[in-house]
Amino acid sequence: MGGSGKVGLVFVSHSSRIAEGLVELARQMAPTATLVAAGGTDDGRIGTSFDRVSGAIAEADAGSGVVVLCDLGSAILTAETALDFLDDEVRARVRIADAPLVEGGVAAAVSAEGGDDLDHVLGAAESARGAASEISDAGTPAGTTAGGSETSRHSRTVTLINADGLHARPAAELVKLASTFPQRVTVNGTDAKSLLAIMSLGLTKGATVEIASDDPEGAQAVDALAALAESGFGEA
Amino acid sequence: MALDITWAVDWVRRSAAVISEHRVELLTLDREIGDGDHGENMDRGFQAVLPKLDDLPAGSTPGDVLKLVATTLISTVGGAAGPLYGTAYLKGAVAAGPATSLDGAAIAALLAAARDGIVTRGKAEPGDKTMIDAWTPAVDAAEAAANDGGSAADVLAAAADAARSGAEATEPLVARKGRASYLGERSAGHRDPGAQSTALLLQAAADAANAAAGA
Repeated sequence: MGGSGKVGLVFVSHSSRIAEGLVELARQMAPTATLVAAGGTDDGRIGTSFDRVSGAIAEADAGSGVVVLCDLGSAILTAETALDFLDDEVRARVRIADAPLVEGGVAAAVSAEGGDDLDHVLGAAESARGAASEISDAGTPAGTTAGGSETSRHSRTVTLINADGLHARPAAELVKLASTFPQRVTVNGTDAKSLLAIMSLGLTKGATVEIASDDPEGAQAVDALAALAESGFGEA
Repeated sequence: MALDITWAVDWVRRSAAVISEHRVELLTLDREIGDGDHGENMDRGFQAVLPKLDDLPAGSTPGDVLKLVATTLISTVGGAAGPLYGTAYLKGAVAAGPATSLDGAAIAALLAAARDGIVTRGKAEPGDKTMIDAWTPAVDAAEAAANDGGSAADVLAAAADAARSGAEATEPLVARKGRASYLGERSAGHRDPGAQSTALLLQAAADAANAAAGA
């Protein structure tokens, strides 16, 4: 995909206010990503608009692809119909995410902000599926030590000093940095590359956090994430 | 006799009229088990098609008319009915191709393509309490009538009758697709508004064919 821009996102909702509100919410963590709201009908009623969705896809497409997130069923039907009418060349780089609108939208926005490619942004959105069940698993280090011997495990324990703890923007920064390393790194046992999982840990100022990797090559990633946390994520 | 552009235009006009006439009925059905906008949305969509019929260029085919309906419904109907019916008319237009007149077999093929388009788009199956429960018996009846050598009007009459029975038969069903599925068991006892509008539209097609045959 020869596009120079970042992957764009389109939020399709029956309500224009939900779509616009989601842009606002995701914007906190993705200040420069292309986020386009396509909510409501052309005349401002509840519903979805083929023309709005088609227009939003065109607006969001900078050549690197577009991920579309939808709320209720007919929003998906409208989005699929809009895809049918695209030129083959454009359609090839547009994906409809099978993900909850809000959670998936925020996760995808962070991924797009970080300059991830289309498949990664789609994957970030779809990682939000079953986010609720992930929350109950959060903090359980099950599976994170499997396969890694104690001798290859790198771990750092840091105390969060910034006001917001690991929430919203700091969580996004941590996930963004973690995503630059190929190795798996965990925060209190939770995948450091999953924004929703990290945010759902609910770690506040003063919390003790274990950053670890079972990967023999993971020390650098652990150190980098620990340094970011110790720096307070740039917050006072 | 085969059906031409006059029938296609008449079908659309009759569709717009019958949907307007049944607007409140469709709204009420949809309010019982859905979001209550089906009558209004369909009425807005077909009313938007009417003025465009006058702009069809000379030499237009039945397929051109169906394509016009498709793009207008997709753009003006806000609910699920827009993409679903829009896809149906679009696939019907493709099946009709550039033909200037359609015989019984061509009409049956058109209806089958429309039904297939809705299935592809909505992923509903018979028994899910959706418009598919009107379309499926309608297509079966249309194909049977065409195989028996029926005229285009015979085929549409058979389709309309079967669609009406199919819509009535949605009443006891529990919805498994669409907004009504959120209601679960409570969706039983109400006719599906999409199946009902399908029955109305196919009756309009049959009436237009009768009018053409009588002309």
